[in-house]
Formats: sequence, C-alpha cells, structure tokens
Amino acid sequence: MTPLLIAQIVLTLFVFVMLLNSAAIMVYVERKVAALLQQRLGPYLVGPKGLLQPIADVIKLMFKEELRPRAADPLLFALAPIISATAAFAAFAVVPFGADTTLLGLLREPLRLQVADVNVAILVIFAIASMGVYGIVLAGWSSNSKYSLLGGLRSSAQMISYELSYGMALAAVLLIGNSLSLTDIVHGQAGTWFGFIPRWFIFLQPVGFVVFLTAGIAETNRAPFDFPEAEQELVAGYHTEYSSMSFAMFFLAEYINMVTVSAVATDLFLGGWQGPFAETIGWVWFLLKVAALLFFYVWMRWTLPRYRYDQLMAFGWKVLLPVAVVNLLVTAAGVLYFGI
Amino acid sequence: MTEALAFYGFAAIAVVASLLVIAQRNPIYSVLLLIASFGALSGLYVLLEAPFVAVIQIIVYAGAIMVLFLFVVMLLNAPHEDTEYDERVHPLLRPGPMKFGAGLALLLIAELWWALGRSGDSGSFPAGAVASVGAIGRSLFTDYAFAFEVTSILILVAMVGAVVLARRDPAEQRISPLAVPENLEEEARVASSFGAGGPAPTENRP
Repeated sequence: MTPLLIAQIVLTLFVFVMLLNSAAIMVYVERKVAALLQQRLGPYLVGPKGLLQPIADVIKLMFKEELRPRAADPLLFALAPIISATAAFAAFAVVPFGADTTLLGLLREPLRLQVADVNVAILVIFAIASMGVYGIVLAGWSSNSKYSLLGGLRSSAQMISYELSYGMALAAVLLIGNSLSLTDIVHGQAGTWFGFIPRWFIFLQPVGFVVFLTAGIAETNRAPFDFPEAEQELVAGYHTEYSSMSFAMFFLAEYINMVTVSAVATDLFLGGWQGPFAETIGWVWFLLKVAALLFFYVWMRWTLPRYRYDQLMAFGWKVLLPVAVVNLLVTAAGVLYFGI
Repeated sequence: MTEALAFYGFAAIAVVASLLVIAQRNPIYSVLLLIASFGALSGLYVLLEAPFVAVIQIIVYAGAIMVLFLFVVMLLNAPHEDTEYDERVHPLLRPGPMKFGAGLALLLIAELWWALGRSGDSGSFPAGAVASVGAIGRSLFTDYAFAFEVTSILILVAMVGAVVLARRDPAEQRISPLAVPENLEEEARVASSFGAGGPAPTENRP
C-alpha cells in the first residue's frame, strides 16, 4: 500500500461521510431558511440554535416502524430506495472539488481531490442520473398504491423530459471546454478576462447556465417542480407507502442529488475551485460556490408556487428544450468561428 | 488476472441475466434483468478500454430505452405474460406467433454459429478507433457516414409514424381553458381503473 493509495481510500470514505453530512446540514438549512422567509423561528430547541435538529430527525426516523403494504412486491419495494440512494452517492464520485494537493507536503505525489478520475466524467454523471429514475419508477410501481404509481409515473416522465434540456446544456459547455473531463473543464476556466472578470463559463454560457439550473431543479424533483410530492393531489407521491429508514433513503437521495447538481454546476459554469490562491484553498472556493447554489435551491422552493403538471410538461418541451437546442447550435457555430 | 476475473464476472452476469429475461413470467422483472445485462455489457466495454461506448450504452439503452419499456409494461398492466393458449400443448405445436418465434430463434442460432466460427476477424476497426470520443466521431462521420445517415432516417420515419398514430382528430380538441387539464383526466382514468400498474394479482406470484 503506497501512501497515495491510502490517501485515495481515505478520500473516498471522506467524500462518502461528507455527502451524508451535507444531507443533514441541508435539512437544517432548509428548515431555517424556510423559517426566515416565512418570518418564523424554525428549529431552535435541540442544541444551540437548533443545530442538533438533524440528529434528532435521524434518530426519530431510525426508531420508526418499517412498514410494507401487504400487496406490495417485496423485492422491488426493498430495492427501490437502495437504487435511489446508490445512484445519488455514485454520481458524486466523478466530481472534482479541489486542485491537486500534496496535503501540505505529506505525500510525495500530488493527490487529486476527486474520487474517480474518469475522462468521460460528464457522461458518467448523466448515465448515473438516468439510473436514479429507476428507483422512483420502481418505488411507485411496487408499492401497489394509486398515489405511489401516479407519483412515480409523473416524476419519471418529468425526469425524462428534463434530462434532454439538461444534456443539451451540458453539451454546450463541453464544446467550449473542449473536453468531457470535469477536471479539464475547470482548468479551462483559470485566469481572468481584462484582469478582473474571472474566466468562468457562465459568462460565455449565460443561457446554458439558466437552462442547466432549471433542468437540474426539475431533475432533482424540487419545488417548483416537485410533482412527485404534490401533497394536495398525491399524498406523498412515490414514497407514500415508505416509512422509517427506507423513506429516509429517498430523502437522503434527494438532498445528495441537490448537492451533486450544485457541484456539477459549479465545476461547469462557476469555475470550480478557481479563485485566489486556488492551489491551497481551492476547495474553500468550491464549497462557497456550492453553498451559494444550494441556498438558491432552498430560496426557490420557498418562493415559487408549484407549477401545474401540464404547464410543467409544456414548459419543458416547448420552452426549455428549444432554448437549449438553439443555445447548443449557437455555441457550436461560435466555437467553429472563433476557434476557442 | 484482475482483468480476466472482471471479464468472467461481467460475462456471467450478462449471460445469466439475459437468460433470465426470457425465463421470467413477470415482465417487470424481465425489464430489470435486461437492464442488469446492459450494465454488464457496459462493464465489458470498459474492459475493452472504450469508456465512451460504455457510458453511452448505459445512457441510451439502460437509461432511455429501458425506462420507456418499463413505462409501457407498467401502463399496460401485464403482470404476467398472457397465456391464451393451452398450457399443456408444447409451444411449437400451438397456433399463431409461436412458430414465427421459433423460426427467428433458429435463424439467430445459425447466425451465432456463423459469427462465432469466424474468430479473429476483428481487423475492421483501426486500433484506437473506439478509445476516444474524437476518434469515434471521426470514423462515424467519415467511414460510416452512409450507415449513420440511413439509421437516422429510419429513426425519423419511426418518429413521424409515432406522431401520426398519437395525433388526435382536430374536431375532438375543443378543450375549454377552464376544463380539467387533459393530463389530469388521463391520470384520473388510470387511477379509477386501479390495478393498472402495481404488482397486482398476489395469488399468482411465483
């Protein structure tokens, strides 16, 4: 075992634990920001300022009874939340979150701050996201309940529809970055224009960024696109019949997917870990950018009302997709003409 | 060593899953096993050092096409393959499409026999042609441009056909803006005929 290999294993475990933590933190942030926007206090009893609230939530979930409807398909009912959570964790594996580091000279060779360096990283994220749909479809189907089934169908139809725009927005960025590797794309955003504008791709791809964020919100089934959980119509959508830890896994998957989409958006559009002193504290810049996007997510949820289902489909197919396609064509023409 | 182990692992998963696809009574499980088989194939592509092809395999087949399969199976409410024929008669002696299937199977076996007999004839791809995205794109749009375009026309025809089949009569399309949106109507219909979906008849499950 070389030191680099040990460091790599430690890094993998670290990312795994940090993703779990990020979900807990997001639950707290979500409740606090919601309270802020609605002029309430939010959780404040458990721990200082309610900081231990997520732990209390987890303990509550763990001690709940695990229920399964008698008519459910036992195997698929158990498998669905596992698929969702696995896909959510796996997608983050290819996201780089900092410059290569030797951990202040501890290692001889530099360690790459990324679990798996795949040269088709963007496509891997896309592929894993498309696997996550199965968790939701199967949860809806195997519960054998009409609310679950409709929630599952809606949510997967929505994810499939918005995946197209999502992919088109990605494609435009990788045309500019001229690579499928997220690390290369972040490296392509180093430096500044005119000395003060950072060379982030958001300035070359403003439309692509908006399309990506919108489709990303729809992909993660968040408000204003949270139809699977439209409680007035569908109780709780695909996870109506789930309780205890299997419900918690869906919950976890949703928050981790949010973190992943924000991290990918940071790498693609906001320059990843680029910033002053990126070599040493690049990961701080990365975390700050991801946190800003996550705040935006929560902000949107508590500001906008939910779309109607047909409006959602019309928006996805008639507005977002054409915009994404035109954006891709214009980008391709620009790359060809200016030879970026 | 590791590579050989990985190859046999993926190959075994692919073969066993594919066999189980046709051995399953429940179409939902068939679809899931087919996804597993595609996943194993994608693993084999990774071993062949073609990561791009591997990921595309997942995105296109396991991700996009199989989701549609799953949708259709779920909505058609076919928890088990329908058995309108006498179960006791041998499949080949029954009337209808079974014989056609048998013929196709024979053809497939003959093709496999022929293809496996010509081993070592893999020189048609230049080395590295499938390794990088650029190389794949170049050979796709130069050497195989004709096949590529013909395939795209085939898909276009299928799309036009689907649109024509799904199009409603314009006379029916008078929906007032205050009426329930059509999707909700559709959903209500599905919900009321409950049983459309869900692993319904518990007593028949193996």
